Amino acid sequence: MDTSSRDDFVIAIRSAFLKKGNKQRFSLIFLIFLSLIFLALTKIDFKPINYIKISIREVVYRSSFLVSAPENYLKKTYQNIQSHFVIYNDYFEIKSEIEKLKAQKNVDQFILKENERLKKIIDDYVAESEEIVAKIIIDKDSPFLRSLIVNKGSKNNIKLGMAVLDRSYLIGKVVEVNYLTSRILLLSDLNSKIPVIIEPGSFQSILSGTGQDHGIIQYLKENYLIEESSTIYTSGAGGLFKAGIPVGKIEKNELNKENKVNFFSDFSQLRFVKIKSFTKDTD
Amino acid sequence: MVEISKITITNKILRYAPILLLFISVLNEFDFNYLELKYFSFNFPFILIFYWSLKKTESLGYGFIFVSGLINDVVVGFPMGISSLAYLFICGSAAYFKNITLNPSIFKDWMFFLATILVVNSMMYSILVLFFSFSLNYNDLIVNLIFTFLLYIICANLFEAYQKLVFGSQNV
Repeated sequence: MDTSSRDDFVIAIRSAFLKKGNKQRFSLIFLIFLSLIFLALTKIDFKPINYIKISIREVVYRSSFLVSAPENYLKKTYQNIQSHFVIYNDYFEIKSEIEKLKAQKNVDQFILKENERLKKIIDDYVAESEEIVAKIIIDKDSPFLRSLIVNKGSKNNIKLGMAVLDRSYLIGKVVEVNYLTSRILLLSDLNSKIPVIIEPGSFQSILSGTGQDHGIIQYLKENYLIEESSTIYTSGAGGLFKAGIPVGKIEKNELNKENKVNFFSDFSQLRFVKIKSFTKDTD
Repeated sequence: MVEISKITITNKILRYAPILLLFISVLNEFDFNYLELKYFSFNFPFILIFYWSLKKTESLGYGFIFVSGLINDVVVGFPMGISSLAYLFICGSAAYFKNITLNPSIFKDWMFFLATILVVNSMMYSILVLFFSFSLNYNDLIVNLIFTFLLYIICANLFEAYQKLVFGSQNV
């Protein structure tokens, strides 16, 4: 490199870094040194730098929130558009999933039929009556009696002891039948006692009402280890209900060793119920 | 009278648009993460500072660039002063290039920009690794560098069009 080109380089560098430019308040070299000082103070963990950092953060985070608003709006719009495309793609995925489920349903139907046939052989098959949908007309909450009055009676083939369901969950049984109305005793009533099975473990027991919003498991020896959140189904013993109707879940009370049952159905929110009877199929 | 003041305000906003854009970009951290493009990231402040320091030095004050660097450090979580140092080196590099160039062309600018970001990034990440024990993903850094370089040409053309519109063709 000859002397003149080296001089040109030095002049250009000096002009760029040392001279204060047009309309510039600070020269570049001053600010570069300032940055280096900041870096060095950060490195040695100088306390005032931390305070400056905290103050800048307070301002920057708030400003950043405001400044980001348009980009966030854009982001949201983009995500909305994208989700529309996802729905389009999902449609095909769901369609193929339905096809698979339809195929599985055919297999399930075969298993159900087979189960039905085998139960008939061992004389354990239960036939369901046609379900009667009834509207609740009185549901006054009494501390002594947990019952409901529905608008269907003997005129509609309601019989004593029929099972009452909310969706697929058992909620009680018919205890009084009039011509146009019936009384249903809820599972939470103190007088309600139904045979149940606890899964996992297949423990047979009796579910009793408490007069409150939950039930308790009775007549079960202490050496049976019931897991928390075990599911309670009807056991079918006694022949009143068929086996396997879901009732609720176990909540263990460690203090008094009581097995509380939280019902699947919320009895205070019932508007319509299904009434059914289960009888042994003789055909 | 009202019309005149409206024009002045709009004019001022347009003239200070590069500095506003710089502050918005450091506060907002333009990252386009929501696009979920795995290998896409770029450093917009580098492009902005290099272009405007080269073409119209007075539109970005060095003081403002220093402050924007500090803000960027707070937003990103880097040690205070590192981004300011990088930004100011880019300004110095652009000013030096301006001094030595007799026949400016966008291609030469582009190549010099590549050299500048290579040096500045190396310096910046060396400081972070050696003095502040930061662990970095070098693949991400290379991707960021490549996209910053590639996007310069697009941004430069947009900025040039903007310059012509706001400052007039004689100043470009």
